Amino acid sequence: MHKYGDVIVPIGPQHPALKEPESFLITLRGEKITASSVRLGYNHRGIEKACEERTYTQGVYLIERVCGICSHSHSTAFVQAVEEIAGVEIPARAKYIRTLIAELERIHSHLLWLGVAGHEIGFDTLLMYTWRDREVVMDLLAKLTGNRVNYGINTIGGVRRDVSVKQKEEVLKAIDTLEKQTKYYIDLATKETTLLKRLQGVGVLSHEDAISLGAVGPTGRASGIARDTRKDDPYAAYGELDFKVISVDNCDVYGRTLVRLGELIESFSLVRQVIAKIPDGPITVRVPRKIPAGEVLSRYEAPRGEDVHYVRSNGTEKPDRVKVRAPTLANVQSVSKMLEDRYLADMPIVIAAIDPCFSCTDRLIALRDTQTKKSNTVIWETIRLKGIEWYKQQGVDFTALNKKLSKKLHL
Amino acid sequence: MLKALFQILIFPGVLFLFVFGLCGEFIDRKLCARFQNRIGPPWFQPLADFIKLVSKEEIIPEEADIKVFKLMPVLALTASSVSILYIPTLAERSAFSFNGDVIVVLYLLTLPTFTYFLGGWYSRGVYSMIGAVRSLTQLFAYEVPLFLVILASALLADTWSLSGMVAFYSRHLGYWFCNIIGFGVALICFLGKLEKVPFDIPEAETEIVAGSFTEYNGRLLALIRTSFNIEMIVGASLLAAVFLPFGLNLWPALIFPFYLLQVLFIIVIITFLRLLFARLRLDQMISFCWRFLAPLAFLQVILNLIFKAVLPR
Amino acid sequence: MKRPGKIAKLLIKTFFKKPITGNYPADGSGMPEGFRGKLKFNPSACIGCKMCMRDCPSGAIEIRKTGEKQFEAEVNLARCIYCGQCVDSCLKKALEITADFELAKLDPAQLKVILNAANKEQPKA
Repeated sequence: MHKYGDVIVPIGPQHPALKEPESFLITLRGEKITASSVRLGYNHRGIEKACEERTYTQGVYLIERVCGICSHSHSTAFVQAVEEIAGVEIPARAKYIRTLIAELERIHSHLLWLGVAGHEIGFDTLLMYTWRDREVVMDLLAKLTGNRVNYGINTIGGVRRDVSVKQKEEVLKAIDTLEKQTKYYIDLATKETTLLKRLQGVGVLSHEDAISLGAVGPTGRASGIARDTRKDDPYAAYGELDFKVISVDNCDVYGRTLVRLGELIESFSLVRQVIAKIPDGPITVRVPRKIPAGEVLSRYEAPRGEDVHYVRSNGTEKPDRVKVRAPTLANVQSVSKMLEDRYLADMPIVIAAIDPCFSCTDRLIALRDTQTKKSNTVIWETIRLKGIEWYKQQGVDFTALNKKLSKKLHL
Repeated sequence: MLKALFQILIFPGVLFLFVFGLCGEFIDRKLCARFQNRIGPPWFQPLADFIKLVSKEEIIPEEADIKVFKLMPVLALTASSVSILYIPTLAERSAFSFNGDVIVVLYLLTLPTFTYFLGGWYSRGVYSMIGAVRSLTQLFAYEVPLFLVILASALLADTWSLSGMVAFYSRHLGYWFCNIIGFGVALICFLGKLEKVPFDIPEAETEIVAGSFTEYNGRLLALIRTSFNIEMIVGASLLAAVFLPFGLNLWPALIFPFYLLQVLFIIVIITFLRLLFARLRLDQMISFCWRFLAPLAFLQVILNLIFKAVLPR
Repeated sequence: MKRPGKIAKLLIKTFFKKPITGNYPADGSGMPEGFRGKLKFNPSACIGCKMCMRDCPSGAIEIRKTGEKQFEAEVNLARCIYCGQCVDSCLKKALEITADFELAKLDPAQLKVILNAANKEQPKA
C-alpha cells in the first residue's frame, strides 16, 4: 500500500540507467527502497513467431539478432538444435572455430559489462578504459567473421569462414594485451576503495535464494552455484578443453564482478588452447534443406548464463516451433530480491549486475478471459486509432501536427 | 558609478566570468578526455553547447511553479557572479573589499545550491525532488569543513577580508605551508559544491537522470550550466586567494596572469580528482565528510591557533 | 591493500599517450578486409537461378531478367542485413561482398540500388 511519505520512482521504460526499455517501479522512503516490481514487455519483437515463417538458413540470421551482445550464443544454440534433429555431425574444425568465436564473444561481453558497471556507479574512467580495450577484441571479431557484433559465422552444418594462420597469430597477440589489461582491472577492482564501497554487500542474493529463483550464469555462480553448461553438458569443443568453473560465495555485486573477471582469465586460456589444438579439415558438411520431423532442446552457456533453445521441425524447410529462453529471463526475478532494503543509489548497479539484456528476454503476454477462455486479438491499426481518440478526449489533437510532420518527412 | 558598472558587468564581473567559465569548462572536458585516452571536444564546444541551449524551445512542466522555476537559474547566476567582486583578481585588493567579505563570499557561494534545491523542488518531478533533497543534504555535509578551513586561514592571517588575507600571505610566504591540510580539505569540499564525482550524488545520472535539473531545458538550462561554470571559477578564485600565495609581491602587472594560473591549477586538480573515484552513496558521503573532513578541518583550526601564537609575525 | 585513487598512476600515464579515438569521418574508418558491407554484382556470371532471393533472410535482393541471358540485381540497402548469405548461396559466384559500409542516404528512395551490366549504380527511377 501507498503510505504517506513513500514516493514511487519509475525507473524505465526510458531511463539513463537502463540501456533498453524496461520498467522497474521502485517505492522509496527517503533514500531506502521499500518495494520494487519488474515489468517486462516493452521490447517484444516476435522473433520466435517470425522464425516459423522462414527457412532454417534464414532463421539462423534472425536468431542471431535476438541479442546484440551474445549473438553467437543464440545462433549456435539454434544451429546445434537443427543439426541434432537433422542428425549431422559437424567437422571438428568447425567445432573449434565456434568455440573460438564463443570465447572471444565472452571476452567482449564481460569487458563491456565491467565498463557498464563502472558507469552505473559513476566511475566513467573505468568505462572508457575497458571499452577501449574491448575494441581490441571487437576488431579481432570483425577480422575473423566479417562483422563486429552479428558475426554470421554459423551456418547449419558448420561455420562459414575459416581461420588462417595469420589470423591465429593476431588472435594470440590480442589475447596477450587483453590479459595484461584484465589483470590490471582485477587489481583495481579488488583494491580501489570507492569501488569496493559501492560493490561489497550490495545486491545480496543468498545461495538458497539463488537456487529457488533459478539464477543462472555469473549471477548464480557468484552465489556459490558452480554450474556451467560448458562443463555440465559440453557442446562444440568444450569437452576436449581444460578450464575451471569460476564460482565464489560472496553473493553480492562484488562477487559477480569477481566471477566475470575470473572468467575473462579462463577465456584467455581457452582461446589459447583452441588455437593450439585446432585440427585441420573441412569446415562444413552438407545438410539437406528439409529437416526431418523431430524436436530438440539445446543448451548453451552464453556470457550472461544458460541459454536454452527449443526447436521442433515437421519435415519441411521451415521450423514448426522455435522457443528461446534467454539467460536474463532466468535472472530477472532475482532483481526484486536483491533490491530489498537497499538504497536508491544501489539500484543501477544491482540491475546492471545481472547483465540484463531485455530485448532478448521480452515475452508477449496474452490476456485471456477466464470464463470464456477466449483471447482478444487487437490489430495495430485499432490500437493506433484508439490512441488518437483517447488523446482527442484529453483535448490534445495531433491531426495538424501529423500533417506537418508527414509533409516534412516526404520532402 | 561608471567604474562600478564596468566592474559588475564586464571585469571582473559577468562577461569576464562567462568567458573564463567557458574556458574552464573546455579545459575540464579536454583534460578529462585526454586522461581517458580520448581526443575530446574542440575549443569552441562549450560555447557551441551554450548557443544551442539558448536557441532551444523552452518547455516548462505543467505542475511546476512557473515563477520559482524561472527565477532560480537567474538567481543562481547572479549570486555566483556577484561574489567575484570581493575576490582579488587584478590587484591585491579586490573591487569592493571590506573587512568581513569572506563571510559574504561564502554566503553568496552557498546561495546557488539553495536555488538548485528550490528550482528542483518546484519542478515537481520525482527525479527533481529527490535530487533537490539530495543536494541540500549534501550541502550540510561539505559546508561545515569548508567554512572551518577558511576560518582557519583567516585566523592565521588575522583578518576577515580576502584582500587582507592575500596581502598577508604575500608578505609571509612561508605561512602558506601551514594551511596545506586546509587546502586539501577545501578542494574535496569544492568537489561537493560543484557536484562532481565522487560527490555528484544530487545529479547522479544513472539514478535520478539529472537530479534537480531534470525538468530544465533551453535557456534556463543554459543559465544553470553557466552558473556552474562561474561557480567553478569563483570557487577556484576563492581557494586561490585563501590558500595559495597570491601576489608573491610581484609587479602589479604580473598579478593578473598569476591569478589566472592559480585558478587553472585548481581546475586541473579538480578534473584529476573527479576521474579517480566511483560515485559515493549519500550515506557514505555524509559519513566521510563528518568522520574525516570535519576532524581534519578542526585540526587545521587548532594548528593555526598554535602557529599564530608561536610563529613570528 | 585497499587504497583510494588506485587508478591515478594509469591516468597520468595515459595523459601523455596518443588518444585512441579517431576523428570520424575525417580520419576514415578502417574496417578490416573481409568486412561484410555492400554487395557487388557480376552480371556476366549470373544465370538467374534466384537462389540468393530464396535464401535472403530479409528479402532485400531481387534478380530480374533484362534481356537474353542478361540479369540485373536490385538491392534494397535499407532491408539488407549484410549477412552475406546470398554470396554463399550463389552457385556461380556472381555476388561478392565489399567492405563499403557507409551507405546512409538522406532520401529513402536512393537506398534501392540497381546493380546492372554496366556495373554502375543508379537509384531506382
